Amino acid sequence: MLPTLSGRIQTRIFLLAVVGSIWTLIITPVLPTGASLAASYGATFSVLLVVLVLGVLWEFLYHGIQQFRWEKDWPTLFGLLTGIPEGLLVWFLFAGGAIPWIDSLPGPAFAIHFVSTWLIVWLVANGPMRVPFIHWRINGGRLI
Amino acid sequence: MSESTIAPQHAQTPPQPGDLNDQLIASDFWTDQMLAEAGIPVVDVPFVTFGGGIGSFVTVDYLRICGVPTSAMRVLTPLKTPWESYEYLTTVSQIPRGERLRSDSSSCPDNIWGFPSYAIREALQGDLKQAWNVLVEPIFANYYTPRAGHAFESMEKEMYRIRYPEMVVNGQVRMVRRRVGGGYFTILTPPEGATPTRRIAYRSQWVHVAVGYPGLKFLPDLQRYRNEHNDYSKVVNAYERHEHVYERLHQRPGTVLIRGGGIVASRVLQRLIDDRDQRGLQTQIVHLFRTYVDRPHGTGILKRRKGADGWAYQGFNYPKSVWGGQLKQQVRKSEGEERARLYKEMGGTNTPVRRDWKEQLQRGRREGWYRVMIGSIEEMKPVGDLVEVTVNTPDQGPHTGTFDAVIDCTGLEADIREHRVLADLLDHSNAQRNPVGRLDVQRNFEVTGAQNGGKIYASGSATLGGPFPGVDTFFGLQIAAQEIADDLIAQGFAQKLGPGRSTSQWWKWVRNKQI
Ligand SMILES: Cc1cc2nc3c(=O)[nH]c(=O)nc-3n(C[C@H](O)[C@H](O)[C@H](O)COP(=O)(O)OP(=O)(O)OC[C@H]3O[C@@H](n4cnc5c(N)ncnc54)[C@H](O)[C@@H]3O)c2cc1C
Repeated sequence: MLPTLSGRIQTRIFLLAVVGSIWTLIITPVLPTGASLAASYGATFSVLLVVLVLGVLWEFLYHGIQQFRWEKDWPTLFGLLTGIPEGLLVWFLFAGGAIPWIDSLPGPAFAIHFVSTWLIVWLVANGPMRVPFIHWRINGGRLI
Repeated sequence: MSESTIAPQHAQTPPQPGDLNDQLIASDFWTDQMLAEAGIPVVDVPFVTFGGGIGSFVTVDYLRICGVPTSAMRVLTPLKTPWESYEYLTTVSQIPRGERLRSDSSSCPDNIWGFPSYAIREALQGDLKQAWNVLVEPIFANYYTPRAGHAFESMEKEMYRIRYPEMVVNGQVRMVRRRVGGGYFTILTPPEGATPTRRIAYRSQWVHVAVGYPGLKFLPDLQRYRNEHNDYSKVVNAYERHEHVYERLHQRPGTVLIRGGGIVASRVLQRLIDDRDQRGLQTQIVHLFRTYVDRPHGTGILKRRKGADGWAYQGFNYPKSVWGGQLKQQVRKSEGEERARLYKEMGGTNTPVRRDWKEQLQRGRREGWYRVMIGSIEEMKPVGDLVEVTVNTPDQGPHTGTFDAVIDCTGLEADIREHRVLADLLDHSNAQRNPVGRLDVQRNFEVTGAQNGGKIYASGSATLGGPFPGVDTFFGLQIAAQEIADDLIAQGFAQKLGPGRSTSQWWKWVRNKQI
């Protein structure tokens, strides 16, 4: 990917809000949350929301790191591996009770949900996204 | 350059019916009447692209996908296929069909979406290593690049899918002139005897100029050697056919001087060393760098390009983000001096890092058959069967040596004036030069100053120095095509490529459904 800062943020919001939400709708009922469906959806969508909000902040950091690259590109692998620190941070926030409206979220349920969502979003960003949005890849990932 | 690119058309032929006359040649604006008087038949078509290489092809491809019918476009070209000229250049510069090119996986001239990319297509056919490569590049692997043959075959498929041959008209374009009342006349010289008249005029509202390289310019020392000694066989340029050099080395061992630090030098070295390895030759190589890059270099910590052993290393001919990211945006917003500075920062000869090349050169250095010199050629002269070359080195003064052959791997592009049609645009259509001296185009690739109730667009190498640096590459030509198509969509010539149309067209591409 060859993102600009605003392209990063727009792509992050769009993909999590659209692809992430669809996937969360599908997967939540089968997650081992041990809670009611309504509570499970509350938890998984909260995860999605936190990933999105924090993600916008992360993007500033990534953009900064990108400045040290001669090509000013963002290798495909980076897009995948940044899921590790992001996932860990979100998990610590949930496990540490920093998200007041969520009581508890079992680790396995979180892991399955987060990892699968991250993978799908990453896959879509690395190809299929260009199909409907033909200008997206030459506009640094901007949609508007 | 292909013969067709550089073939001068200055030969005087006896007057034929339907030829240009003095009045036409001298006038900036033509009326329909003037052409009628000259007996030149006029063909009406809204959009004409000429050149007919990869630039024309990807533009027409885009427009066909945007719903423009074949009847509304004509491609005026001497080429039989869009990649003919390109394949000639890659073949002579040592990239036959089985070797890999220098653009990334998603620079696909056969597919405007760049998806599925070449690497994924290879993976789908069972070569999973290629998918792994694009996953970990450029950190844990060198950039994936497609095989030349893969690019040509996929373009061929797309060519039939969009019914490209129906739009092709054979011949050489002589000039474009503005028409009184709006639009343009593009004068085509069809192959001799193919038509009753010597010229045909295409009357169109839009013209797209995609003539590739204006010509190849050799360094003065090479030119001088050829003029003085009339020897075209021992001192060659890598963009010319020079197979005889490799053959001669096969017949008897020899020493070769290579000049240049770009990808063509890398290729030629690979060829020489492959021949050493596979055919057991004893070729000795001396490699002359003008600038020797021994470490990462650049204008600051945030602008540092890799380099070592003489070479400046970069995956593609510009930093990658000129094709869509940060650098694209930055140059697009810049003008004049600022833009020239950005070009300078990103510029300079460079070559991609490739493991096999590094291994070969390391071995050559270790075993003593690959040596490096720094300097510039002062003189070359034939001595019997050999060439004596004097090199001026910065620290040790002149050095003289004899070689069986000199392969010059520098290629300077000629001034745009060397191309007759481009010169005519400057002289008669009010076209301008950009900050680096080439044809000035706007962000929509319209030729500045040439509007006339219609537009002339241009893409490719002739427009380098404009708001988009990546012009002379597959993806760059596609980006230009997109800008041009968007501009034409705004003028009502083509249909918008929104998410719906784009997806349904892509699905047609997947099924190879003819459009
Ligand atoms: C050796 C080499 C390797 C390259 N490798 C890559 C790569 O790996 N990846 C990449 O992205 N890019 C690469 N490029 C750059 C670029 O993508 C190609 O050169 C590409 O072919 C440019 O397309 P074009 O349409 O501008 O020119 P061309 O494909 O050369 O087509 C222009 C055509 O216009 C025709 N023409 C000229 N004058 C007239 C006239 N008066 N009337 C009618 N027709 C005319 C000529 O016959 C010429 O063939 C490479 C370039 C070179 C030289």
